[in-house]
Amino acid sequence: MDKQILNLRKEYAEKYGFSVPDKSVHKTEPGLSERVLREMSEIKGEKNVNEWIHKFRLRGLNHFLKRPLPKWGGDLSSINFDEITYYLKPTEKEETSWEELPPGIKSTFDKLGIPEAERKFLSGVGVQFDSENVYHSLKKDLEKKGVIFVDPDTGLQKYPHIFKKWFGSIIPPEDNKFSALNSAFFSGGSFIYIPPGVEVKQPLQAYFRINAEGFGQFERTLIIVDEGAKAHYIEGCTAPIYSKESLHAAVVEVVALPGSHFRYTTLQNWSNNVYNLVTKRAHAFEGATVEWLDANIGSKLTMKYPSVFLRGPRAKADILSVAFAGKGQHQDTGGKVVHLAPNTTSKLIAKSVSKDSGRTTYRGLLHVSKLADNVKSTVRCDALLLDEISKTDTYPYNEVNNESATITHEATVGKIGEQQLFYLMSRGLNEQEALSLIVSGFFDAFAKEIPLEYAVEFNRLIRLEMIGAVG
Amino acid sequence: MSELTIKDLHVEIDGKEIVKGIDLTIKKGEIHALMGPNGSGKTSLAYVLMGHPKYKITKGEILLDGQNILSLSPDKRAKLGLFLGFQYPVEVSGVSLSNFLRTVYMSVNGQKKKDVGEEVLSILEFREFLKQKLQELQMDQSFANRYLNEGFSGGEKKRAEVLQMAILKPKIAIIDEADSGADVDALKLIAKGIADINKTNNTGILLITHYNRILHHLAPDYVHVMINGKIIKSGDKKLADEIEEKGYETLRAG
Repeated sequence: MDKQILNLRKEYAEKYGFSVPDKSVHKTEPGLSERVLREMSEIKGEKNVNEWIHKFRLRGLNHFLKRPLPKWGGDLSSINFDEITYYLKPTEKEETSWEELPPGIKSTFDKLGIPEAERKFLSGVGVQFDSENVYHSLKKDLEKKGVIFVDPDTGLQKYPHIFKKWFGSIIPPEDNKFSALNSAFFSGGSFIYIPPGVEVKQPLQAYFRINAEGFGQFERTLIIVDEGAKAHYIEGCTAPIYSKESLHAAVVEVVALPGSHFRYTTLQNWSNNVYNLVTKRAHAFEGATVEWLDANIGSKLTMKYPSVFLRGPRAKADILSVAFAGKGQHQDTGGKVVHLAPNTTSKLIAKSVSKDSGRTTYRGLLHVSKLADNVKSTVRCDALLLDEISKTDTYPYNEVNNESATITHEATVGKIGEQQLFYLMSRGLNEQEALSLIVSGFFDAFAKEIPLEYAVEFNRLIRLEMIGAVG
Repeated sequence: MSELTIKDLHVEIDGKEIVKGIDLTIKKGEIHALMGPNGSGKTSLAYVLMGHPKYKITKGEILLDGQNILSLSPDKRAKLGLFLGFQYPVEVSGVSLSNFLRTVYMSVNGQKKKDVGEEVLSILEFREFLKQKLQELQMDQSFANRYLNEGFSGGEKKRAEVLQMAILKPKIAIIDEADSGADVDALKLIAKGIADINKTNNTGILLITHYNRILHHLAPDYVHVMINGKIIKSGDKKLADEIEEKGYETLRAG
């Protein structure tokens, strides 16, 4: 193999694919049962504090055990739920100084560049290592304005009124098999509240790191953006390269109250042994805007369709989902928009690239209810196939029950033409560079929407994927 | 002295011979016009010189500074100093013209300049350089941020080709139908751009054209007439005038 590729593989492994020795303070036995759930609940100190949350967990577990695996989407048959570790507590408590973290955990986040990003351009950071948040910060001025950015355990303890009002109301445990699993074993994640009229200018960031092998990470995020408030939340995620498979099943609930503006950006870069099965949903009230920017580059299989329920007049949804599937990867992604009120608008754009036998699937839902007059919606999905052995499928579902709706739908599947390659190569780019340029151009609509630092990271990941340096 | 030498070149596509024994030498600093009616094999010759994969060379050689480049891919030919201005430049969505130009500049000139110890233009210097070139070609500065060739008019595409040539500074440039789709004003600018690179960089030019429209603005040292895969006549500028007057038919008959 060519030296450049070997070097880049090394670079990838050193930057993202590494692991540190397991020094967890608590770890449940592999497998899931009510006993494991009780053990975890006890370690988290929930048992005597809050019966409410424990009942919620049991509801999730019961539904998970009853509910069959979905028959659509990617191949889930080789997940062995008995071999997964469901709870792993990395440290005794969450810290507010990087220096207080155990050396292995601190060095992990140093390598991933999180403290540096925090200094440069973030309003607040929460980082999770296996099952728990280990570090957390929020700028003082935001704290003074009443912004809350904590993990869900703290959210429930300190702000029970807001927390209980919304938790599980956007995505109930019974929504699907993996929201049920998350409801049972959720740990870590974010609880965010932005008070009315407050604008959080710089992004809040969460970083999710899986370190353990054969592990399940079930973070849970609840975000409430109060009337007229504005915020941008960014999440990143990575894991070591292991041969044994891991599971990541998150639930993200967003409440955008009237007139608010919220953007949620994801840069998913799990290693290729991770099943990424995530439910993300937002409710947008009158005049509110919710934007999901969702990039899926890593994982073995991702099934994720960020959705927005437009509940109030003039609410707006904007979903941009991009995916890259290389060898052994299946990205089953897209989005859902449900128009429940008049004069609501939505835009759903999906772009995917498949290479080296990778597979992408676009799955989207556009629903317009009877009561929603004058809906405007644009749906567009573009797939690019880089070779003959890669695959892409499209499953668009349109349910339009109101005739006043204006809907446009476009779908394209493209291949890179000989003439396009020849043109770029005649300018001195080798085949690999020419392909990379075309692919980065294809994803430009995403890269230009996210902060520069993330765009650089995104383009770098695409480049690594393009030369097969991953996995 | 840099030169491109084509020796007894025969080319096939899908089993059909379309270039049937071409001999031609273009030296640095010279301007050659290759004229001919549609379907005479001019564009095929241009593609073959640049290394398009769909053609099969059955006989002959292409030498750049004495090195046989037949086995080299297009990018390697570009790095050796060969350039092809396309009749139909390809659109690349999502890649801005400035980003693209910087990428190809680094790719072709970056390493070369480092090898000879010359300074490569910094991003800021490059931006200045680009600004000046856009001005010279009377292209709006906003072109730098537009996606490569996307939504460009015919004349704009051709000017963008000249711009790329100015940035890559090739030893030899093959320019295929530089004037098609360009109006008179654009045509003058394109001709001037080609003359500039010819003068300042001493680039040898092979100008492929159906009509001699562009030759009114750019005087060739040599004119060759290609019909049915062969050069049937070579001469100086007067030959182009003769074609303008009498058409290709008389030459074909002669």
